[in-house]
Amino acid sequence: MDLGKIIAIAISMIFVNNFILSKFLGLCPFLGVSKESKPALSMGAAVIFVMTCSSIMTWLIYNYLLLPFNIGYLRTITFILVIAAFVQFIEMVIRKYSNVLYRSLGIYLPLITTNCAVLGVTILNINNFYSGGKAVKASFIYSTFQAFFAGVGFLVALILMSGIRERLELSDVPESLKGIPIAFIVASLMSLAFMGFSGFSR
Amino acid sequence: MKTLIKEFTKGITIENPTFGLILGLCPTLAVSTSLINALGMGVAATFVLVGSNTIISLVRRLIPGRIRLPAFIVIIATFVTICELAMKAYLPALDSALGIFVPLIVVNCIILARAEAFASKNKVLPSILDGLGMGVGFTIGLSVIALIREILGAGSIAGIKILPGFEPVAMMILAPGALLTLGLLIGLTNLLRNLRGKPNLSRKGGCC
Repeated sequence: MDLGKIIAIAISMIFVNNFILSKFLGLCPFLGVSKESKPALSMGAAVIFVMTCSSIMTWLIYNYLLLPFNIGYLRTITFILVIAAFVQFIEMVIRKYSNVLYRSLGIYLPLITTNCAVLGVTILNINNFYSGGKAVKASFIYSTFQAFFAGVGFLVALILMSGIRERLELSDVPESLKGIPIAFIVASLMSLAFMGFSGFSR
Repeated sequence: MKTLIKEFTKGITIENPTFGLILGLCPTLAVSTSLINALGMGVAATFVLVGSNTIISLVRRLIPGRIRLPAFIVIIATFVTICELAMKAYLPALDSALGIFVPLIVVNCIILARAEAFASKNKVLPSILDGLGMGVGFTIGLSVIALIREILGAGSIAGIKILPGFEPVAMMILAPGALLTLGLLIGLTNLLRNLRGKPNLSRKGGCC
């Protein structure tokens, strides 16, 4: 484990390869929940949590269950089932123990199951930190950090977008561009701005 | 017969996944960098759609209502895995161009939405045609965006240069160009709808 590599992963995931603005993963919650800042914050927090936990679980399953039995090709089926089951489980736990948390976080959880960003990050971990099917050194830690920072990047983009869209409500947008189209055009400009960070990566 | 034809054509026209239902956006934006990629993705998604619709329609009476979504996801994931392995074996170049978006067909909302809304309630033949129509509609939507982006961003169609003296706008091939193209195209669809007295498009549900 080395700190430099973790910082590189952080910068890459939050700015250079931002999941929403340069990889197009998780666009739907990005459009759906970015109308106000407060729900955006809750959604971002829920995504960070689910991404990190799913990444830990899928890493362990891939390494200790799929690889030893040579059934790596079942990756997609296994991962989506694990994520779906995990999200359902968390929802039940939150609903039982904390009503406040459920109201601020729980309602976004079902949305996350079909969020391609979560499945995306678990598959990306397999692609990035494995060479020839074997886990590289410290890849568990790197995978976890990669998932965490991907979630942070998602949160950053979501909060920025919600701030812009709150102001957009008051501005004079042509009738046919109202709603989804203007959100895409704003996202395009944000993505253009984020391209300025691409010099950070080697 | 007439209704069967309608099941096929609705996915291409009024319920077009990209410009009617606004579903499946992530792959639409990510792989529309060139016409070849767009067609590859479209064919892969069509294969999964037709396969999953067929099987789900066949077993629709056997699946209990409460666990239907996990069951659908397993069926869809099976077809995605078939597609993934076949693509790796026979079209490695396309596989590396599409990258992570091949396994991500699993979470493509069009497929789960068609399973839930159509295949789990209808007979096999209409379900196959519905899947085929939706797949073709998705491919058309993808190809339109890819065509615009490739012409403006690289000055070519499917890798063949068509505009010799044209300085390509590299932005159109990159991420901002995808978002801009889709935003303007949906705006154009809205404009056409408004002219016919219909409201703007809106999305239902929260999936990709």
